[in-house]
Amino acid sequence: MNAKNGGIGMDSTAPVLSVNQLDYKYEQQNVLEGVTFSIQKGSFAGLVGPNGSGKTTLIQLILGLLRLQEGNIELFGTPIQKFKNWNKISFVSQKANTFNRGFPATVYEVVAMGLTGNIGYFRFFNRLHKKQIYQAIENVGMSDYVHRNIGDLSGGQQQRVFIARSLVSQPELLILDEPTVGVDTENVERFYKMLARLNKQEGITLLLVSHDIGTITSYVTDLLCLNKTIHYHGNPSEFYQKSDEEISKFYGHSMHAISHDH
Amino acid sequence: MLETFLEFEFLRNTFYTGLLIGLIAPLLGTFIVVRRLSLIADGLSHVTLSGIAFGLFLEKKIALLAISPYYAGIGFSIIGAMIIEYLRSIYQSFQEIAIPIILSVGVGLSVIFISLADGFNTDLYAYLFGSVAAVSRHDLYFILGITLFIVAAVFFFYKELFAVSFDEEYAKVAGIHAKYVHLLFILLTALTISASIRIVGVLLVSALMTLPVASSIRVAKSFKQAIFYSIIFGEISVIAGLISGYYFEIPPGGTIVVSLAIILGITLLFKSRKS
Ligand SMILES: Nc1ncnc2c1ncn2[C@@H]1O[C@H](COP(=O)(O)OP(=O)(O)OP(=O)(O)O)[C@@H](O)[C@H]1O
Ligand SMILES: [Mg+2]
Repeated sequence: MNAKNGGIGMDSTAPVLSVNQLDYKYEQQNVLEGVTFSIQKGSFAGLVGPNGSGKTTLIQLILGLLRLQEGNIELFGTPIQKFKNWNKISFVSQKANTFNRGFPATVYEVVAMGLTGNIGYFRFFNRLHKKQIYQAIENVGMSDYVHRNIGDLSGGQQQRVFIARSLVSQPELLILDEPTVGVDTENVERFYKMLARLNKQEGITLLLVSHDIGTITSYVTDLLCLNKTIHYHGNPSEFYQKSDEEISKFYGHSMHAISHDH
Repeated sequence: MLETFLEFEFLRNTFYTGLLIGLIAPLLGTFIVVRRLSLIADGLSHVTLSGIAFGLFLEKKIALLAISPYYAGIGFSIIGAMIIEYLRSIYQSFQEIAIPIILSVGVGLSVIFISLADGFNTDLYAYLFGSVAAVSRHDLYFILGITLFIVAAVFFFYKELFAVSFDEEYAKVAGIHAKYVHLLFILLTALTISASIRIVGVLLVSALMTLPVASSIRVAKSFKQAIFYSIIFGEISVIAGLISGYYFEIPPGGTIVVSLAIILGITLLFKSRKS
């Protein structure tokens, strides 16, 4: 255990994320029960489950946005209560494209926001930071829009800007909560390809939340099926060898219905 | 006209104070408007009014001159700001409810203290609508101190204030202490309001914080530009409003707001961008 030194000399063999016996309830409703899984460095994990299955709740617990009730979470081998290196983790919210469209901010300013935590209090952006910001914008193919107002872009373009914002801090773990809502099918494919490239080339560990199980299985290395608890964790191809009945048990209804209902 | 204005010391003080609040009110106002908290300025200005009424009451009844109404106003405004933050943390899912609560309590307390102090007097009229004649040298230095503090705080915490305003959840995940940034922001707002009341008055202070921003977000591309243009519009209106207010013997609150409205009208005419 190296929790005492604030996670500075972190155990490099520890999983990037490990969740143990997590329970969570809102008032009376149990949303998560005994959720246990871990994600190894370098994996591309897909977390799927129907609406209301607790995916966003689980992500908010992992990000420290909700307080733990039962169970524990370790990030890079450090219990979340003691975890300080939040700049190793980045996040694209399910609500990212519901922001105030009238907000007078440029693409540059939004992406620069991703470095706020890394730079720290009483410090300012320097030339190196500026370079990183331009690089992150280029990486998502938005270089032509650097000084455009974020509210003037299309939904898919905004989503790319938010990806750039979460990548500019060079995180080791990137968590995305349904990032493709409002992005057309053609761009969804491009988007997943970009994620797969980040995972392979940059070695970023990914946790992607989706209820679109059909599309993500061809990209992810780990598939997690959540509905209150983890019903399946493993290789996506093995998942398909399970019988339809078994699958519909934790989905509540046929899987095909899910991949076609939007 | 400007020369006559600067000829007398008390008018000079008013003029410089006007320039200071023409800077800080739109500066804080930009953050307020983009966070859709425009009514917070109204809430806090009415709490400030209750503090002023309390000060006037003490002055009149207990002859306790140690607290001038103005300082009592600042004190109430800061307490009000902290209560707003507290209410916002309790009513997480409908945070704007904090504003009508604080506004109505502010008005209620004002009414009580005003009648305890035996009703309206000319001082109160100046606090409500602003005054060109009310600024002493001491007040000017005090407001200069507040201005320097606010500008320094916004400068040093600019990136945190921006991050929390644009996307609070993301800022939290990035390790920013959003709660403290909010508290800082609301305290700066309270200070700005109590400083501005000197010139524009309780009823119109929120206009000086929001109208220049309403104009600037129509022409600005970036957030920094939005701040820059709001300050420019704020300063133009303060200067035009003070001079015309003095000339026509009208409280400057009124003339400043009319100048702001004219600028807003011009930006609406010349630039039709979605807002
Ligand atoms: N703030 C909240 N207060 C009370 N109940 C909540 C709250 N947020 C979510 N819930 C409930 O918890 C359950 C899980 O919600 P959650 O948002 O985690 O689901 P999800 O898997 O992310 O769904 P979706 O696919 O629709 O995004 C739902 O039944 C929801 O009604
Ligand atoms: Mg969700």
